[in-house]
Amino acid sequence: VFPSSAFSFFCQTLLLRVFHEVEQAYAVWPMPQQMSQSTDRYPINPQLLAFSYARDSAAQSGCSVLDAAFERYFNLIFPDFVGLSNIWSEPKPFTVSVKVKNGECDGFPDEGSNESYNLSVSAGQAVLKAESVWGALRGLESFSQLVYQDDYNLYFVNKTEIEDFPRFQFRGLLLDTSRHYLPMPAILKTLDAMAYSKFNVFHWHIVDDPSFPYQSRNYPDLSSKGAFHPMTHIYTQSDVKRVIYHARLRGIRVVPEFDSPGHTQSWGKGQPDLLTSCYKGKVPSGTFGPVNPTLSSTYQFLNGLFKEVTSVFPDSYLHLGGDEVDFTCWRSNPNVQAFMAKMGFGSDYTKLESYYMENIVNITAALNKTSIVWQDVFDYRERIPMDTVLEIWKGVPADYRAELGRITLAGYRVLLSAPWYINHISYGQDWRNAYTVQPQNFSGTEQQKKLVIGGEVCMWGEYVDATNLTPRLWPRASAAAERLWSDEEKTSSVDKAFPRLEDFRCTLIRRGIQAEPLFVGHCKHEYSGL
Amino acid sequence: MTEASLSKTPNPQLLPGCCGLGCPPLWASVLTAPTMAALRLLSVWTLLLTVTVCDGWLFDGFAARRHSESDEVALWPLPQKFQTSVDAFRLSSASFQIVHAKESTAGPSCSLLQNAFRRYYSYIFGNGRKHGKNLENVFDADLAELQVQITSADPECDGYPSLKSDESYQLEVNQPTAVLKAASVWGALRGLETFSQLVYEDDYGGQNINKTSISDFPRFAHRGILLDSSRHYLPLKVILANLEAMAMNKFNVFHWHIVDDQSFPFQSRTFPDLSHKGAYHPYTHVYTPADVKMVIEFARMRGIRVLAEFDSPGHTFSWGKGQTGLLTPCFSGSSPSGTFGPVNPILNSTYDFMTRFFKEVSTVFPDAYIHLGGDEVDFSCWKSNPDIQKFMDQQGFGQDYRKLESYYIQRLLDIVSTTNKGYMVWQEVFDNGVKLKGDTVVEVWMNNNVDKELQNVTGSGFTAILSAPWYLDYISYGQDWKKYYTVEPLNFEGTAEQKKLVIGGEACLWGEYVDATNLTPRLWPRASAVGERLWSDENVKDVGSAYDRLVKHRCRMVRRGIPAEPLYIGFCPHEYSGN
Repeated sequence: VFPSSAFSFFCQTLLLRVFHEVEQAYAVWPMPQQMSQSTDRYPINPQLLAFSYARDSAAQSGCSVLDAAFERYFNLIFPDFVGLSNIWSEPKPFTVSVKVKNGECDGFPDEGSNESYNLSVSAGQAVLKAESVWGALRGLESFSQLVYQDDYNLYFVNKTEIEDFPRFQFRGLLLDTSRHYLPMPAILKTLDAMAYSKFNVFHWHIVDDPSFPYQSRNYPDLSSKGAFHPMTHIYTQSDVKRVIYHARLRGIRVVPEFDSPGHTQSWGKGQPDLLTSCYKGKVPSGTFGPVNPTLSSTYQFLNGLFKEVTSVFPDSYLHLGGDEVDFTCWRSNPNVQAFMAKMGFGSDYTKLESYYMENIVNITAALNKTSIVWQDVFDYRERIPMDTVLEIWKGVPADYRAELGRITLAGYRVLLSAPWYINHISYGQDWRNAYTVQPQNFSGTEQQKKLVIGGEVCMWGEYVDATNLTPRLWPRASAAAERLWSDEEKTSSVDKAFPRLEDFRCTLIRRGIQAEPLFVGHCKHEYSGL
Repeated sequence: MTEASLSKTPNPQLLPGCCGLGCPPLWASVLTAPTMAALRLLSVWTLLLTVTVCDGWLFDGFAARRHSESDEVALWPLPQKFQTSVDAFRLSSASFQIVHAKESTAGPSCSLLQNAFRRYYSYIFGNGRKHGKNLENVFDADLAELQVQITSADPECDGYPSLKSDESYQLEVNQPTAVLKAASVWGALRGLETFSQLVYEDDYGGQNINKTSISDFPRFAHRGILLDSSRHYLPLKVILANLEAMAMNKFNVFHWHIVDDQSFPFQSRTFPDLSHKGAYHPYTHVYTPADVKMVIEFARMRGIRVLAEFDSPGHTFSWGKGQTGLLTPCFSGSSPSGTFGPVNPILNSTYDFMTRFFKEVSTVFPDAYIHLGGDEVDFSCWKSNPDIQKFMDQQGFGQDYRKLESYYIQRLLDIVSTTNKGYMVWQEVFDNGVKLKGDTVVEVWMNNNVDKELQNVTGSGFTAILSAPWYLDYISYGQDWKKYYTVEPLNFEGTAEQKKLVIGGEACLWGEYVDATNLTPRLWPRASAVGERLWSDENVKDVGSAYDRLVKHRCRMVRRGIPAEPLYIGFCPHEYSGN
């Protein structure tokens, strides 16, 4: 039936063993929504593999996202291709034809992006159809995972039909560049690996108490005084552009977080009077607390900073933080006390925090951006616009399920990260915990469940820098990635996931990602670095 | 969102104590009054740093501290005796040299030292890095050279380090020449490491060293790291890099747990099938004789012994693939089940094999000791096998399979004795009452009753090494290095004689969840905590001052290309760049 039958005969005469082995159906991680495969397989000759745009595709040659993706995936599929032809390989062309309905070639992925795709692999060709280039990227990733090498290093792909789309539209990964500075290669490599697991949001927790590495155009003192080092431990504007560019080509949004009013010690070094002066008795103690919410200069500054930030980062979301505010310093400060009295807040400092958050959410809204805030903001009953996204980070399953119920009942959209704090390490296969999370398993209506727009894997930086980031992230984050992309029922067995994830981690290694082992065993090609 | 409670809890142990670079009495003994005042100022800064560390604000007050030289120096592990002054000398990358002293019994033909000189020159100046000028600091003079003087008649240039090697050294840094004295090359290597750690970079990129006097020796003779190349294959590059890191922490034993159930990567000349059939892959996942030689030589150059472990009779599943008839066939009822258990202890062929195999092993590995394992033997397969039962009856062992294990081990030990090697075993071998040679080293690894076990082993007159508290493959969130650091190996009840029999310890990184992707950052700097425990005086135990030094020591390792993970929030001037 398939044109490869002639080749099959050729092989049976020359390489007897090849066709007597039944190749296993090769898995895709995360598992596609619908996928059927047969044992029919087709050879792929690296010399003769071509990516092409279908005639009726909205995207054509010159589409930056896909042109770059074709080159990238060629190299990912043939990691040791050196341009020499393999004499055992059949001289038959194989075409990957891509058809995209709407271009978006020069746009940025964003909350409305359509990532669905269809992939049909048959003799000599794969046909990939997607609404947008973002879906085409996901389809190319799946295709690249379908291609395998046999024992003679010949490349094959099995007959396959895939119909795929993400379960959740927001599949994020948080990196913390404040507690430790992460050099650019570490961030770019993480973006590469994110695309392999179909993550689509890089949540850049770019600043925090320990350091302020973001180099601001309008407020250069923030990093020159607040970074670990003003020259070597910063992200320049061109660094940030490069991250956004690298991410865009992989269909990944970059959502920056400028967390306030707490977690801002480093801001105070370059922006005098921004932080609340703490008092000891009647005199300033010389230490500083959260952002000072009583001064109009505070809001002028934040308006200026956010104006810059929202023009630098194209995404329609901005993460405003709002977590873990310690009220002791506010309490100690007589000016803050006077302000509380004037506003009629009594001694309820959550009202003061609400006041502050409302102000900065409004600043953000005026800049036409959607705010994401940590759950604390909801817990304080703050009046925030209904399009604000709440991110749940606290507690054991019972806690976060209850919180999911409460937030969605109030009609807000929600992101789940509580079960995916993978900076918390332990002995053994803790990826299983990340895998078995059920983000929509809480009591609530169907309508409420739809308000769960996704989740995030968080790699906080207390104990993590470029020395250990990658093996700590991968493949543990991939477990969460499948939970966020795939159908929950089809991926309910963690034991069935185990061998697939083992294979996938070897794929990651083959692609140069230092992904750690799940358990004893080996990869055909081991990691060769340090 | 970072669960501050977990990470920002003030640690009561991080209170300012005796500062890490030497205690006040030591300073006082060498310093004049005005410099003492300067020092007090220094220790104020140290105190400030310590306090800020308590609060998690390591970054606070950094700018103010930047200019104090003593803060830049962080010796790890801390030497036994140490005096320094604020007099600083400059090192010029163009003219500074490490040379053999005239009186030294070693000279340019000692390739071990020649290599070490070059290695430490690179560590001090970086590879081809340009050197800056000191614009501000006023120095008395340059330090022109470090003279290395070996004092024994035999410097041991071409020898192998052993349990009896003398690793002590004396280091005098003074203008215009620094002198390092050691009985043998092994002490000189340790001294070179210390010298390189004394050199610090100023803000202008120049290299400086303070006037210093050090007399140093290890508290324990056996300071080991165990790596497991069976559960995951470790490429040669990873092993060599970790030998490099071991030398930076003055470890002196690489315990190579080279084979186990999962795979047999050791390529034997006598029994090539062992790796051909028992490795994960017969070509890509093996250690050839040349590989093994390279590891041994690389280790020797750094004063590190390579202690090979061939664990039996349990943990041998992979042996069975290439050596038919070696393992016990397990039975299901009255017929073989097709699975295999431990080494079959009742066949003569087993002992013939072991004789030939260990004859090879004893020539491949030059160390005076071989580790024979002997741990965790599962008796269920032996119990199922009718031939074994018959043998048990013949021997009068009854149902006590420990006697059968002892029988096996006894015969194995006799075999290994004929190769003139000493042996090390895991504690079960001692616990089961096997008759051991006097020089046997018993490794205590079970963490349930360590003190009692040490008491028993040493009470019976055997030497012991401790690894139970240092299973570094068990990871957890946070600063678990403190747990490893605060272990006191000699805390058990026993006579002074008994305590002398504890000759050291090992940090073990078992390989279930570890391969080349995560090994190095998982091992370092956590193993460094063990390194200081085993080298430095037992009174060096203040976690707070250790923290300050270890933070800098890990940055030094990073600078030298070892991806050692961070202890906590903060930064290194030169971050790991990855690849």
